[in-house]
Amino acid sequence: MTAPAATSYFRSPSAPVTATPAEIDASSRLPMFALVGGAALWLVLSSLLGLIASIKFHSPNFLAGSAWLSYGRVFPASTNALVYGFAIPAGLGVGLWLLARLGRVPLTQPWLIAVAAKLWHLGVLVGLLGILRGDSTGFEWLEMPRYAAVILFVAFLLIAFPAFAAHHSRSERQLYPSQWFVLAALFWFPWIYSTANLLLLVSPVRGVAQAAIQWWYSGNLLFVWLALAGLGAAFYLLPKLTARPLQSHYLALFAFLTLILFGTWVGIPAGATLPAWMPTLSGVATVSTLVPLLAIAMIAVQTVRGCRTECAGGPLCFVKFGMSAFVLSGVMLAISALPEISRVTDFTWFGTAQNQLRLYGFFAMTMFGAAYYILPRAVGIEFPFARLIRAHFWCGVAGSLLLTLPLAMGGVLQGFKLVNPNVAFLDVTKSALMFLRLGTVGELLIALGNLLFLLNVLAVIATCYRAVCTKAYTAITKRLEPTPDPSKEGNAEVRV
Amino acid sequence: MKSGALVFLVAFMALAASWGGFVLAPQVQLSRSVQTNALGSSDLYPLGRPGLAKQGLEVYRANGCVYCHSQQVVQEGTLCEIVLTEAGTNAAAAAAAVAKLNSALGTGDAKSLLAGLPKMILQVADMNAAGPALKTLEAAGAKAEARVAPQGADIARGWGKRRTVAQDYLADYPVQLGSRRIGPDLANVGLRSPDAGWHLRHLYAPQNEVQGSLMPPYRFLFETRKIGKEAAPDALKVSGKLSPPPGYEIVPRPEATALVAYLQSLRADMPLEEAPLTPPAATVASTNAPASLTNAPTATPAAK
Repeated sequence: MTAPAATSYFRSPSAPVTATPAEIDASSRLPMFALVGGAALWLVLSSLLGLIASIKFHSPNFLAGSAWLSYGRVFPASTNALVYGFAIPAGLGVGLWLLARLGRVPLTQPWLIAVAAKLWHLGVLVGLLGILRGDSTGFEWLEMPRYAAVILFVAFLLIAFPAFAAHHSRSERQLYPSQWFVLAALFWFPWIYSTANLLLLVSPVRGVAQAAIQWWYSGNLLFVWLALAGLGAAFYLLPKLTARPLQSHYLALFAFLTLILFGTWVGIPAGATLPAWMPTLSGVATVSTLVPLLAIAMIAVQTVRGCRTECAGGPLCFVKFGMSAFVLSGVMLAISALPEISRVTDFTWFGTAQNQLRLYGFFAMTMFGAAYYILPRAVGIEFPFARLIRAHFWCGVAGSLLLTLPLAMGGVLQGFKLVNPNVAFLDVTKSALMFLRLGTVGELLIALGNLLFLLNVLAVIATCYRAVCTKAYTAITKRLEPTPDPSKEGNAEVRV
Repeated sequence: MKSGALVFLVAFMALAASWGGFVLAPQVQLSRSVQTNALGSSDLYPLGRPGLAKQGLEVYRANGCVYCHSQQVVQEGTLCEIVLTEAGTNAAAAAAAVAKLNSALGTGDAKSLLAGLPKMILQVADMNAAGPALKTLEAAGAKAEARVAPQGADIARGWGKRRTVAQDYLADYPVQLGSRRIGPDLANVGLRSPDAGWHLRHLYAPQNEVQGSLMPPYRFLFETRKIGKEAAPDALKVSGKLSPPPGYEIVPRPEATALVAYLQSLRADMPLEEAPLTPPAATVASTNAPASLTNAPTATPAAK
């Protein structure tokens, strides 16, 4: 019995399966529910934790009595819930669907992926509890303790292998650019995550080499991985939603190659306490990422230009905004790598703003668009609250701009005061307060948007399960009672 | 690209290159770092933190202090400062020499020129440029010395005496460099605020010690308990709203004591070959400044 299942992973390309798009979409239903549904939950939790952290700036005594909710634990818990809880599973879910759809192959054994997704979410839960109880590793963007990292790593592999298998047995041999990006993302994460965990937590290296590895990891995670997973989705959705071809495959190839070539060196700040060649090399590479950035911007603009589709707050709006945020955050990153500017922006809110813009403005918004496009197809029904999608879009746009732009401005102002020793340090900190207040408003809007997203996703999942249950229920009642009983029939209808 | 294998190959090569550069190469370059001698002394550096301070680093890590406090001092180059230590017997000649070297000090009378010794009278680019100036002063019978003085906003803020270098973090795990300065840099907080009592009071109620501070209080590191036979020696002296009810006292838990020991151990002021610095120890001893205001001889950092 098991033999056919095992061989089906490596089905010979000479025997192509003819699966309709609807079948492929249906095969991705369970994994999408597990990955994107869980991601939506973590996203709401992340914004709640982020709000708690951000209120502490306005009133330091807020929830100060509890160690679990102190700033230094809530803040990393919130960023980790965003990256590991939301971004990675959402990216995986969308990536899986893209690989299946573009390769014209249904996912075999989707339940296995769904179980692995639950395992991933368990890992995130364990990790977040670890951070809150004080087991944080102390390395930024890699705070989850070892015991959670093991679960996450195994779960990622359990999701990545079926994805590779599906890709291998694809019936459409020609590769589309989105597939390069998704495949590279699947390959990237296990490498960087295992390296960082082995060399920082399992057998730690000495001294500032720790910091070098941490910067290498966070650069590869926050710049390269997010770009790979997000652009993979965007390069599929932009042409699809505008009904125009991607402009063009060659430019996309150029963007892909330069992105991974330069992007992987990003991350070490100019003033870092490291041997001087490292920040210098990293700075040169960071400025060079303007090259793929320009190519990506050209692809997006030329693909969308002249299209007659109104986006009307739907998936296309999300993806378009995501692309603009990607370019803007990339420009911010490249500018702040110039030594003269990093002198001012280092150690300020500017870096936080830049990261948030990429994480939320680009990645999360693109994923929302993808989820709003894919979920109805996977389930076979439309979103029950279509108007909420538009509300979500505007909350997301206003929230991410209100969070990141004031923080970036406040960061520059803070930086100018920081490099002027005549300004007392307390005044430096306070100069950013007004911008932080605006940022908190932005976070509130984002939290509201995330809540709408969760509502939409849960509604789709619930509708789907209700339909499945109804079907099963009628099937069972039919089988149990071959002779129709008028009183029972009535009951069944009431239940529906 | 037509085949998945090619995508993998390209991705593998790109990632392998940066892995070699930023993961492997620092190992090759830094992993054999050992304690070195401080500049012009036989002291070994770094000595590693004492046990309690090591536990304190764990408290620092667990509570995420790194999200608001960096531990890196940045400097923008060094200058060489010519410091006049003694005017010698011929005050007029010394004053003339000073005025000749630095006309910006004014051509006033000898008294005002030579007041407040030791006094920095000139900044030059490096030690080589200091030679002629020192000779001029010596010829006038005055005594002067040249000091290497790191420059920059962080130094001017008193956050450190020199930039921090890889050697400073050799003994720490996890290294907590930090990326944001919502609070002040802590690379030299042990040097700046050596008083353990102040640190404890500050952790308990930051706003009582620093007016308008944004730091949240860390009261969960303390315990309010009934006073036993006699008051605990380390009980906090807190007044106002936060004072304990009568018959009770606030004492630091072991975590608080360890954290403060760690903070006190934070000082990166040893002159090193890659971060030179002339400690003002010798001249400080010759003045009558109160000991608490000086930075004491730079004897054994991290060992308190």
